[in-house]
Amino acid sequence: MTKGFRIAFKSVIILLSVLAALLMASVILWMIGADVSATFYTICIEPLTRMLHISEVLIRAIPLCIIALGISVAYRSGIINIGAEGQMAMGLLAFTGVALAFPDVPRPLLLPLALIASMIGGGVWGFIPGILKAKLNVSELLSTVMLNYIAAQFYSLCLRTIYLDPAEQVYGTGTPQSMRLTENVWLGRITGRLHYGIIIALVLAVLIFILMWKTSVGFKMRASGSGARAARYGGISVGFYVAASMVISGAFAGLAGGVELAGVHRRAIEGITNNYGFSGVVVALFGGLHPFGIIPASFFFGLMIYGSTLAPSKVGVPANIVQVMQGIIIIVIVTAQMVLSNTYFQDRVWRKFQALRKKGA
Amino acid sequence: MENKIRSLRMEHISKRFPGVLASDDISISVGEGEVLALVGENGAGKTTLMNILMGLYQPDEGRILINDEEVRFRGPEDAFRAGLGMVHQTYMLVPSMTVTENIALGYKKAWKHMHLDLAAVRSRVVEISERYGLAVNPDAYIWQLSVGEQQKVELVKTLCLGAKFLILDEPTSALTPQEVDELIVLLHKMTEELSIIFISHKLQEVKALSNKVTILRHGKVVFSGNTDDYSSQEIAAKMTGHEIVLPKNQGNPSNDEVALSIRDLVVMSDRKTTALDHLSLDIHSGEIVGLAGVSGNGQRELAEAINGLRKVESGSISFYGKEIAGCTPREVINEGMGYIPEERNTEGIVPAFSIKENFILKDVSSAPFSKGGFLDGKKIDSTAESLVERFDVRCPGISTAAGSLSGGNIQKVILAREIERRPKFLVAVYPTRGLDMGAVEFIHQELLAIREKGIGILLISEELDEIMDLSDRIAVIYKGSIQRVLDKAEATRERLGILMAGVKEE
Repeated sequence: MTKGFRIAFKSVIILLSVLAALLMASVILWMIGADVSATFYTICIEPLTRMLHISEVLIRAIPLCIIALGISVAYRSGIINIGAEGQMAMGLLAFTGVALAFPDVPRPLLLPLALIASMIGGGVWGFIPGILKAKLNVSELLSTVMLNYIAAQFYSLCLRTIYLDPAEQVYGTGTPQSMRLTENVWLGRITGRLHYGIIIALVLAVLIFILMWKTSVGFKMRASGSGARAARYGGISVGFYVAASMVISGAFAGLAGGVELAGVHRRAIEGITNNYGFSGVVVALFGGLHPFGIIPASFFFGLMIYGSTLAPSKVGVPANIVQVMQGIIIIVIVTAQMVLSNTYFQDRVWRKFQALRKKGA
Repeated sequence: MENKIRSLRMEHISKRFPGVLASDDISISVGEGEVLALVGENGAGKTTLMNILMGLYQPDEGRILINDEEVRFRGPEDAFRAGLGMVHQTYMLVPSMTVTENIALGYKKAWKHMHLDLAAVRSRVVEISERYGLAVNPDAYIWQLSVGEQQKVELVKTLCLGAKFLILDEPTSALTPQEVDELIVLLHKMTEELSIIFISHKLQEVKALSNKVTILRHGKVVFSGNTDDYSSQEIAAKMTGHEIVLPKNQGNPSNDEVALSIRDLVVMSDRKTTALDHLSLDIHSGEIVGLAGVSGNGQRELAEAINGLRKVESGSISFYGKEIAGCTPREVINEGMGYIPEERNTEGIVPAFSIKENFILKDVSSAPFSKGGFLDGKKIDSTAESLVERFDVRCPGISTAAGSLSGGNIQKVILAREIERRPKFLVAVYPTRGLDMGAVEFIHQELLAIREKGIGILLISEELDEIMDLSDRIAVIYKGSIQRVLDKAEATRERLGILMAGVKEE
């Protein structure tokens, strides 16, 4: 197989998958009578044309990136964390709790304290399914999803009771939310709403890379994930590292919540988690479970999420339809990735190609 | 197509893979009722050649003739239609389905418009298994069957689909000695109706079963002839290119201190039955004790219990005076125990990890590979390079995934890691199962070499020749306890065989 053929093969697959995704999405847009090209422009290109838009894309990419990093750690250690949504909610609660309890502590102390609290909140919520899996072999798919429900309801409950803004009780706008958090827990902003959380996300990506590939702890986690039996034989306490990876994963999801509060919302309100916990799974897989793949993947998903918020006002396409299109694009991309990694298929195409060339000659 | 296959020839077959010439102008021929043994070391190109015959690969050059007519197989379906059937090394059966259901999966005649005539399949299974003497219960679930029985199911499946020519890829590699004998008898009977090609590197079977033998080395035919005209030694020499004389333990029995002392050990199997029943055994440093026995008599559980991988119910394991029963695997490793596990592909290595990562599997947290929790990449690389060279691991590089290596090379990786750790004791479980002669020779030499250094070895094996060649003393295990321990001098095949069958000597 020549190198030229391999590159050509990959390019053709990518091109075909992009065409397939565009085609399917176009059919859907055409069926609802929308302007196809204008919609694509609004979703994929327009968010990149102005700095304001780019910063909005980035603030969506930040939580996605942090969550996906954590999910990749768990995934590589052999446990699939689909509970990031709940872990993020617990992070939000912990962060808010610290901010409300100590409004007068100076910022250099309070902000790190609140962020650490959010990591603990998420970490505890990740530890539960981790330890259940390690000790009792409880499926993490069950436990993480169930804990998501509990966390979501608990978050709702807190917003309506202990965290409820005292002003709400006076004016009663009907929105369950906390009071605006003290400025001492705010993350500074770079431009627009873009905050310094982006630095945190990038630093964490490097840290995760070092942890997983340069330290013995990372080695043991990866060994537990890709060959639990061999890891046990090699004297690695698989259960411990599975549980530890879930604590890290949960802590990252919790931190994503803390950063989101400190940088964007600055008060606890419903809807902050915004499905980031679930999208994070896709981002992690899409990024090849590698920090340096997760960074561009989270930007891409940030783009799509933001593009879908523009579509209703700009071209009159409902946000739901944009979500349908996103689903199609994700499925097509994941399929293309599978095809690209199938060397057997590549070999078959190569043989057909050679046979054709022989006939031609 | 009920015609018999009277002759099958492959002529001047060549097949090139990136960087390797896997088949280099190979010709073979098989006549009616003949058995051709295709032998060669791992990586000699046997499986590639058979995959070409089954239409899984297209040859770059050469042709295939059946009954003197040229055929072209574009895929396995074409080969099936021509009457060829292959039983692969790893069985392709669905564990949660019955024998009949498994066979129905590929049996197109039973499917009519989405309706499956299971009764017809069942009667066909019964018919085939009676005709060829393959005792198979059509209603048993695959997961209930032993490896030997599963292989019979594969044979029945292939025959049900109308195979008139059988290709068997290393049919005996996972079988116990008894099952191997049984299989040889069965295949002999089958040659009344069909022809067989079988891939093997076990010379006893080649001698017992085949009429003709073709030896491949590095993708070339180096020898072809009638099996009866040559001795096993001659065939072995032609296979490896040099005379193979497996090394023997010539040393004197060790009188050193007791290294490992096991007393009244009781351990449960996975099915919660008693696997080890008050087993006691002493092994001195500098001696090899061979544990002979039919597999399934507690060997696996013993190895796992010693290494902290299985819970000890009662009894003691004393390792140089320290009690290790109930220790974690890590604690046992730290005491200086080395272990070559039974399942080399899933337990001995992490298949997705590179060779160099597998070398440090047990030492990832300790010097010199780890400093303050950080891995020392340079040290890991240089150690891996030297181990690959010293143990002659054939691989593209130290970053290659260990799981992509051949069995012999995987075993060398494991052996290199365990020996390099300088253990005080080694438990070796089926260390040469399924390996070619060259690799067996190498591993036997290494085991004897570390014995010379005063390391005790518990060698668990089903191959009596291996045990008798290497051991100072031989312990026979039966139903979880030691029948008897014999000195090297008093052990004979016959005596061991009787003890392994559970007959008590007085």
